[in-house]
Amino acid sequence: MTTAPQPEVLRAPLVVEFPFTRSLGPVQSAFLTGLRHRTVLGVRTTDGKTLVPPVEYDPVTADELRDLVEVADTGTVTTWAWNPEPRRGQPLDTPFAWILVKLDGADTALLHALAAPGPDAVHTGMRVRVRWAGERTGAITDIACFEPYDGGPGQTSPAPHTGTFDEDPVTGIVAEARLDYTYSPGGAQSRYINALADNRTVGERCPSCHKVYVPPRGACPTCGVATTDQVEVGPAGTVTTYCIVNVKAKNLDIELPYVYAHIALDGADLALHGRIAGIPYDQVRMGLRVEPVWTEGGRYPDHYRPTGEPDADYDTYKELI
Amino acid sequence: MRPPIRDIAVVAFAQSDHLRTTDEMSEVEMLMPVLHEVLAATGLKTADIGFTCSGSSDYLAGRAFSFTMALDGVGAWPPISESHVEMDGAWALYEAWTKLLTGEADTALVYSYGKSSPGSVRDVLTRQLDPYYVAPLWPDAVALAALQAQSLIDAGETDESALAGVAARSRAAAADNPHAQLRGADVPHGDYVVNPLRTGDCPPIGDGAAAVILAAGDRARELCERPAWIRGIDHRIEAHSLGVRDLTDSPSTRLAAERAGVFERPVDTAELHAPFTSQEVVLRKALRLGEDVTVNPSGGALAANPMMAAGLIRIGEAAARIHRGESRRALGHATSGPCLQQNLVAVLEASEEASEGENR
Ligand SMILES: [Zn+2]
Repeated sequence: MTTAPQPEVLRAPLVVEFPFTRSLGPVQSAFLTGLRHRTVLGVRTTDGKTLVPPVEYDPVTADELRDLVEVADTGTVTTWAWNPEPRRGQPLDTPFAWILVKLDGADTALLHALAAPGPDAVHTGMRVRVRWAGERTGAITDIACFEPYDGGPGQTSPAPHTGTFDEDPVTGIVAEARLDYTYSPGGAQSRYINALADNRTVGERCPSCHKVYVPPRGACPTCGVATTDQVEVGPAGTVTTYCIVNVKAKNLDIELPYVYAHIALDGADLALHGRIAGIPYDQVRMGLRVEPVWTEGGRYPDHYRPTGEPDADYDTYKELI
Repeated sequence: MRPPIRDIAVVAFAQSDHLRTTDEMSEVEMLMPVLHEVLAATGLKTADIGFTCSGSSDYLAGRAFSFTMALDGVGAWPPISESHVEMDGAWALYEAWTKLLTGEADTALVYSYGKSSPGSVRDVLTRQLDPYYVAPLWPDAVALAALQAQSLIDAGETDESALAGVAARSRAAAADNPHAQLRGADVPHGDYVVNPLRTGDCPPIGDGAAAVILAAGDRARELCERPAWIRGIDHRIEAHSLGVRDLTDSPSTRLAAERAGVFERPVDTAELHAPFTSQEVVLRKALRLGEDVTVNPSGGALAANPMMAAGLIRIGEAAARIHRGESRRALGHATSGPCLQQNLVAVLEASEEASEGENR
């Protein structure tokens, strides 16, 4: 047993990507379908205001709103912020201004981007108009951005609109997102991962209750204190429980069915999980003694196989199930 | 407001040092020393705590249910009474306060933490925006704050040099705060990040954790020489659409303050969760804070802004001033969402007033 050394910090890229598919209500559907048709719709509130972008429920009264109107594609900047370094996903890849713009006929402002040569060319109160995207799909990005516009307000009283257009309405959007992280597992898990690189499995002992946790996470959940003492466990262990997997996971090159088990490595007070091979799937049993099989260059045991020892007595592992 | 049905106080507060990166520590490893410190301050053990509530966000770490790992640091076995909010810990404190009000528990441990260093927090925060009309444009957190700052400048309520003054005062105040990430009068105001906000107007990005212990009535008096009695807490939210709101004002803060009882008697200290200099201008107005009120003696979020903990830290810092006898009536504020969308206000008082309150 040794006191756990401070490991070198491990780092790996971690990408989280998700395409949320979202359905639209009647007002949002009409608005996004309208954008596809170069038409900007708002919604009338019960007190006669026009909200653009439109919402289905009044943010003040919570009244249901369905009364659609068409507003202009020109408007006035109500506030702005110059963005010298556009970031991934933003509407323009050259420096631009973020603006809140009140379209002619609307009483509230829409957030979007303004194409302008520099911050000196932007001011609150300036007139702007929509620059439509060449290809429009029924999304807020159908407005490519806004651009400066010389004209004054034209038609400022919004015209009633049915909200229906010729073709299929847009009924949903896919909200694509990608976030990039650099994952660092912290002290205890770094020590665990580093040991695996040497084909060793290490746990950490709680200084208070003396349980050995594998894999260690840095804390004893019973005592709420740091696990500090490093303990080498295994290599052999006992199957405490198992299941037979009959469904093939994507990109997994393992013949079905296979066995996935909880394995209490010798010296550990917590079972970890692993695949059992080298024995017919229907002969795996609780109490089976197994050992890890490392493949060339593998960073964790590929699977566990029977050691050939007699099965462990139930009483020796029942606490770990 | 109606007096609370039980007297509840903040009896201990602890926080980590707030650092730009803490790669060598997992969340639970970062959190555990803070939990031990706050428990040690009261002599309580995990088993003595009646209710535990935490705040954090999976989006910061990029991993689902990351708070369950942090629970290991609490000692959640044998089973404890526990809850979590995917928000700043100030809202976890609110939940714990209501739990104590019900009488189901006499003590509560509240903690929160955030590691912003693994990802890009400016981008991560875009995912809390309206997914239909706003999030697809990826407006980052600084951009949205800059729109609010420009509104204030246009309205004549501040200018860039006044904002620089807020930044300088905050970081100078943080010189005495050993936990702060950016401190001292010589922090440069820097270049524009998104005009009109410069680096100095923006909070540092970093990792950190905080914890608070609440206790009711006599239990609080046993655990702490000068409990910081919570006289009221309230939180309010505004419409998510920025174009519907008046960005120069914060009606949600004002209403929360009114319901929490802020305006009944003057406060001497205010810990405001204003990550951007311009937001302090808005909050001072909403809370009607005069020049005689000590604002952010800790340095505030401009000195350290660990996501999900910075709001809880404001309440903790306000309480700690009362514990030390430096304040008699203090305000703690927390915010969430873009441009001060949601706001929580707590009023804390020293024991002299508390003893009068006993017989209400
Ligand atoms: Zn233990």
